[in-house]
Amino acid sequence: MAGILVVAENYEGRLRSATFHAVQAALDYAKVKGESDVFALVLGTDASKLARELALYPLAEVFCLEQPEIAHYTAEAYSEAISKFLESRPFDALIGASSTFVKDLFPRLAERLGGGMVNEVLEILAPDRFKRPMFAGSVIATVRLEGDPKLITIRPTAFDTAPKAQEGAKVTPVGPFAISLPFTAEFVQFEEVKSERPKLTEAKRVVSGGRGLKSAEGFHSTIEPLADTLGAAIGASRAAVDSGFCPNDYQVGQTGKVVAPDLYVAVGISGAIQHLAGMKDSKVIVAVNKDEEAPIFEIADYGLVADLFKAVPEMIGELKKVKSA
Amino acid sequence: MKLLVVAKRVPDPEAKIRVKPDGNSIVTEQLKFVINPFDEIAVEEALRIKEKLGGEVVVLSVGPAEAAEQVRTALAMGADRGVLIKADGVCADPGIIARALAEVAKQEGFDVLLMGKQAVDTDYGQTCGMLAQILGVPYAAFACKVEVEGESKRLAVVREVDGGLETKLIGMPCIVTADLRLNEPRYASLPGIMKAKKKEIRQVSLEELGVGVTPKLRVESLEEPPKRQGGRKVGSVEELVRALHDEAKVI
Ligand SMILES: Cc1cc2nc3c(=O)[nH]c(=O)nc-3n(C[C@H](O)[C@H](O)[C@H](O)COP(=O)(O)OP(=O)(O)OC[C@H]3O[C@@H](n4cnc5c(N)ncnc54)[C@H](O)[C@@H]3O)c2cc1C
Ligand SMILES: Nc1ncnc2c1ncn2[C@@H]1O[C@H](COP(=O)(O)O)[C@@H](O)[C@H]1O
Repeated sequence: MAGILVVAENYEGRLRSATFHAVQAALDYAKVKGESDVFALVLGTDASKLARELALYPLAEVFCLEQPEIAHYTAEAYSEAISKFLESRPFDALIGASSTFVKDLFPRLAERLGGGMVNEVLEILAPDRFKRPMFAGSVIATVRLEGDPKLITIRPTAFDTAPKAQEGAKVTPVGPFAISLPFTAEFVQFEEVKSERPKLTEAKRVVSGGRGLKSAEGFHSTIEPLADTLGAAIGASRAAVDSGFCPNDYQVGQTGKVVAPDLYVAVGISGAIQHLAGMKDSKVIVAVNKDEEAPIFEIADYGLVADLFKAVPEMIGELKKVKSA
Repeated sequence: MKLLVVAKRVPDPEAKIRVKPDGNSIVTEQLKFVINPFDEIAVEEALRIKEKLGGEVVVLSVGPAEAAEQVRTALAMGADRGVLIKADGVCADPGIIARALAEVAKQEGFDVLLMGKQAVDTDYGQTCGMLAQILGVPYAAFACKVEVEGESKRLAVVREVDGGLETKLIGMPCIVTADLRLNEPRYASLPGIMKAKKKEIRQVSLEELGVGVTPKLRVESLEEPPKRQGGRKVGSVEELVRALHDEAKVI
């Protein structure tokens, strides 16, 4: 018995919504493969609680593993734990949603398992053929992946979120497994960027700021009220992050987060290919930039050539009018 | 401190990439090639560690003969010597690259091996984790700060992860992958460039290293994505908000 296993993301005791996109991708993969059952694995602190949450989705069985050695994530301990689990219960394919957790874990795990890996899958063509972006999304490649098991990371924006199931799946605790590492690889601490706002990768609306905001103060006093008015998450260009206007976690792009909200408002962002790579699949794109030649206007649905320090406060006023009408 | 650093040859990230009509490769005529930006940051970090703690920095690259240019650039930045692992043609499988790098890393020995978190052409981000597993060493990916604890032979690495910053402690030998904000790479100075001409670049083939060339991951074809249709410019903020409400219906 083999099958398809979704590796869920346990983020500080919560399931990331990207995991449900991975479940959908796994269901699609099962269909292409002519199989029906998809399984899931949750690891770390509170795994059993999260497994019961995951069990509400169309899965055959959800495994959970909690033990002190994996209370905090490290690629080393997690790949050992998962390999040990797979020794007793092999799978043909492991699927996870692209996030720094999966990007960090899967390559090491793929090698540990002697399998092969493909990342950022946009489309599943066959059990061993996929479409994925290259060159910051300037090119879409069709790739073939040999090797067993196959480790597949999917781009969450390219797959829907899975619907809930009629019936709950079985939850099965596994382990503990013997995990001993011949070297030091320890989690020390996690400094979370706390925010009351919607999560960037989960939000329906995103307001992003770029170098045009000039300073951290400009970023806060301009982008935040606009995001508040729209109920939007905040994103940023690399230039804005590098200049210290906002935390690194806000970066949208080739090497940051990939988002596809209903509304993306780019403020003072020129539209470099590396930035577009992270947002060009948004449904409606608005750009505010004082340079009418800025490349962002080539992909924006609505472009406003204006000084952002004037236009954004005005926009907030207009939005409030619409809201109260 | 023995430091290894890898430098991949990639097209300039600023360049417009076009797919050839046959869909097998990209147009390389008139394309400028550079060190993968993340690798350049890794080179800089290796040099800074050496400047602080002493030792040697050896640059590795897997690629065609032309990749010697990128090795040479790293030497001009200040690395001591280079190893070019010759792999012509379509050898882009991260598993093969990782095996090739592993063989040379074993020959050379190292305390810290630095590389980029991803190559900007493939966007795989796989080579590092695979290499760490092959060598049986710990690694810290997406580094924005590296502190070397020379005495205890450990590294405290701050990593850019979703939701914030994570600190990880790893023991040497180990691998670190650079993220964009780790440092600002230096330019090669003129004396640096002159000196680099005399520095050694050892050449070795995959065959000599005993690395097989059957890929697990293979690119079958390439295409350009459908172009997103731009919309229109609006004349005022009021018009913009009205359009978002009445036309696009997103507010
Ligand atoms: C390897 C690599 C990876 C990268 N990854 C990413 C990534 O993931 N994400 C990313 O975003 N970038 C990434 N980049 C960087 C990218 O190439 C650009 O440098 C960056 O996106 C530029 O940010 P920006 O648009 O904010 O700044 P700029 O290009 O400087 O643009 C600022 C814009 O603000 C406008 N402006 C200025 N003042 C005003 C005003 N008062 N009112 C209105 N408009 C104004 C200007 O007209 C200009 O268009 C990467 C680069 C490399 C090499
Ligand atoms: N041909 C190569 N030569 C040297 N280093 C490479 C090569 N390919 C990949 N790498 C290294 O592995 C990292 C990740 O590459 P990739 O897995 O292709 O995204 C790069 O940033 C490089 O440091």
